[in-house]
Amino acid sequence: MIHQRVSTTELAKRIRKHCLLMTNRANASHIGSSLSLAEILAALYGRAMQFDPEVPDWSERDRFILSKGHGCAALYAVLAECGFFPLEWLDTYYLDGTRLPGHATHKGTPGIELSTGSLGHGLPVGVGMALAAKRDGRQHRVFVVLGDGECDEGSNWEAALFAPQHKLDNLIVIIDYNKIQSLGFVKDVIDLDPLAEKWRAFNWAAREVDGHDLDRLEDLLTHVPFESGRPSCIVAHTIKGKGVSFMENQLQYHYTPPRGEELALALAEVESSA
Amino acid sequence: MRNAFLDSLFELAQRDERIVFITGDLGYRVVEKFMEQRPRQFLNAGVAEQNMTGMAVGLALSGKIVFTYSIANFPTMRCLEQIRNDVCYHDANVKIVSVGGGLSYGAMSMTHHALEDLGVMRCIPNLTVVAPGDPIETRAATRAVAAHNGPCYLRLGKAGEPVVHRSDVDFQLGRAIRLCDGDDLTLISTGGMLHTAAEVAERLAYEGIRIRVLSMHTLKPLDADAVRAAATETQAIATLEEHSLIGGLGSAVAEVLAELDGIKVPFKRLGIPPEFSPHIGSQQYLLAQHGLSPEGVTESLKRVLESSLTAV
Repeated sequence: MIHQRVSTTELAKRIRKHCLLMTNRANASHIGSSLSLAEILAALYGRAMQFDPEVPDWSERDRFILSKGHGCAALYAVLAECGFFPLEWLDTYYLDGTRLPGHATHKGTPGIELSTGSLGHGLPVGVGMALAAKRDGRQHRVFVVLGDGECDEGSNWEAALFAPQHKLDNLIVIIDYNKIQSLGFVKDVIDLDPLAEKWRAFNWAAREVDGHDLDRLEDLLTHVPFESGRPSCIVAHTIKGKGVSFMENQLQYHYTPPRGEELALALAEVESSA
Repeated sequence: MRNAFLDSLFELAQRDERIVFITGDLGYRVVEKFMEQRPRQFLNAGVAEQNMTGMAVGLALSGKIVFTYSIANFPTMRCLEQIRNDVCYHDANVKIVSVGGGLSYGAMSMTHHALEDLGVMRCIPNLTVVAPGDPIETRAATRAVAAHNGPCYLRLGKAGEPVVHRSDVDFQLGRAIRLCDGDDLTLISTGGMLHTAAEVAERLAYEGIRIRVLSMHTLKPLDADAVRAAATETQAIATLEEHSLIGGLGSAVAEVLAELDGIKVPFKRLGIPPEFSPHIGSQQYLLAQHGLSPEGVTESLKRVLESSLTAV
């Protein structure tokens, strides 16, 4: 943490408001997937990670990869709030000629380490970054956020097998376990439970947390690695659409942005939240 | 070619610690020297090509020059989206190496035949595609792709390919090498078919037919100047490749020829039909079944020359 910033609670609130405005303006999908990420990103960017928005390619920075690239509205929002690029850029999200498309892209967007969108790509790249840091004796960490539906992709499990073999305790996976994937509830499509147990079986040090409890998230994220010599996994139990009552736990808001009166209602709810 | 590649890479790795060599659990009795003597530059990714390729990108984005290595289609098609999105979109300094291009794995059969790789890889932006013609070109190509800052695909044969060039060659990515010259026809070869092309040129020379042989070791960017020159300076053009007739060298050369203003030249693609072969057998056997033995190619070229004469 290098520059002055607001509380993580306020940061999470701002992420949500930006996401609502961005998806409304552009009539873009994935508002639910972005809202579930707000506290995870606020805890990372507001507390746990080392970076310098003035020097986005600072070699000692912690690396962040949003492997669930469709949640990028929240990532763009937190990066803009941290000063990586002007807040006005958010007004162009998903619109013709923008730098900020509907899946995270590194081209021309400071702070994005890896372009994502197709699922299951982020963790292998994160493993490579963590391995390079280890071999070069560097101290920075690599944080990778996975979606839950994304955990269906075999490439994640290839990487999950590999990372403990090389004792990559500078690698931290956070799973945004919001329980809904593209066509339904995770438990009805391909049940992931017991999810933390799966990572433990792969020799990761895994913890479970309420992914909207900032105190607990910050506590965990500032105490990694959980075990020396093992990569860390945080299964963050979240709610899709969190913070807007009519969006919470609704598959529809994987696709539908807030429209018409919904926007004002949603913004008011987020604003009045504690 | 495999040994020429590994020897060259080992030499490069001794001089440049940024080089990292990742194998997909393959290379028994050929990668051990690298593994033992350059352990900090070596990785075995296990049998997991998607992770191997993504990991290569993470290493490359951290300043490494990364070579991924496996056989046949495993380092290419098995992880194609990692190559497109992670390697190429990020312009990452990753060199994808496949050993066993074409029909090298012979009787190992369909799963181990790499016959569409060049076409598939040629479509992907930012990717330089290289298929050297013999062990000498392989050494030069290894140095060239290591020195090139960006994604490359290096398609090799297996082992025991004959040396075609008599001495070191002037190898530049994107520049065809002229093996011999003549104005009756130009035979453009890529990859390990080069020794067949050289033998065909000798056979035809006995019969008074003089052909130009080009080693088109770089499929992308293609040496369009060399194709244009062949179209104006020789009577016909044929391409020769151990690859499907769709998407590889023949297609690449045809794309150039089709857009040449005012120049028409008889043209023939020699390669593997785009279908799963009903034949089982060694590389030589399979090549012969597809008319790609020296005899078969010689006969095909004669027919091209006869029909071009008839056309005149």
